[in-house]
Amino acid sequence: MSTIVFFIFAILAIAAAWGVVTSKNIVHSAFYLALSFAGVAVLYILMNADFLAAVQLLIYTGAVAVMVVFAVMLTLRGDVRESNPENRSWFVGALVAVSVFAMIALVVLTNADWRVLATPWTGGGSAEDMSLLLLSQFMIPFEAAAVLLTVALIGAVILAKGVKESK
Amino acid sequence: MMNLSNLSVGLSTYLLVGAMLFCLGLYGVLAKRNIIALLMSIELMLNAVNINFVAFNRFLWNQKIDVHYLLTGHVAAIFVIVVAAAEVAVGLALIITIYRNRRSTNVDELNWLKW
Repeated sequence: MSTIVFFIFAILAIAAAWGVVTSKNIVHSAFYLALSFAGVAVLYILMNADFLAAVQLLIYTGAVAVMVVFAVMLTLRGDVRESNPENRSWFVGALVAVSVFAMIALVVLTNADWRVLATPWTGGGSAEDMSLLLLSQFMIPFEAAAVLLTVALIGAVILAKGVKESK
Repeated sequence: MMNLSNLSVGLSTYLLVGAMLFCLGLYGVLAKRNIIALLMSIELMLNAVNINFVAFNRFLWNQKIDVHYLLTGHVAAIFVIVVAAAEVAVGLALIITIYRNRRSTNVDELNWLKW
């Protein structure tokens, strides 16, 4: 059962990612991106990462995809159907991507240590288990991440809005 | 009819899914012309890395030995998500500023450092 669910949503995520990079209309690309994020969230649930799946849906599908759509609409010029073209050297990009994938697949498929199946999971993965780790062992990085988010928020507002000259 | 239960999903299957998403993102970064499409491809690549973190945590963690650091892969994925959110906010603000100054989001035209 979980095998069938895995293949359905893995193929959904990959097909949506294919749609992101091949679509000629950048608004369609943004919506395919949201679909791909949702497929990845289901993969998280299959790996017993409940809290991460919720975070993925909230932050990526909810916030990042909507923000990308807003940026697309603020910067759109000309015909929307031709808004996402390939550049002249797209063939080089395809060659590099295919060879990187072949290399990773070779390593993954030949490494015997990684040929493991799922054992029953007792480690949790809820918000409670995560918070116990985040507020004890990973306290300093957690605070640093909070500072980073604040700085990024202020920086984004200043960059997008502009600073008024005083006097 | 193939027996589907023989096709069990292990660590390498998840790693291959992550590799596919990563390489699609890599192709997007190298081949697209619109700067927002580049940002979307980078988000795809970060997502692929997150899948790898969670998969290694799920399949390779020895639950009997180390109970206190059991969810370290999840914590790493959370930090990647935080940095990706900050990156996309600042990136989109930069794109809007560039568009306001140059009237273009084409990366081939953003070459005024070159002479």
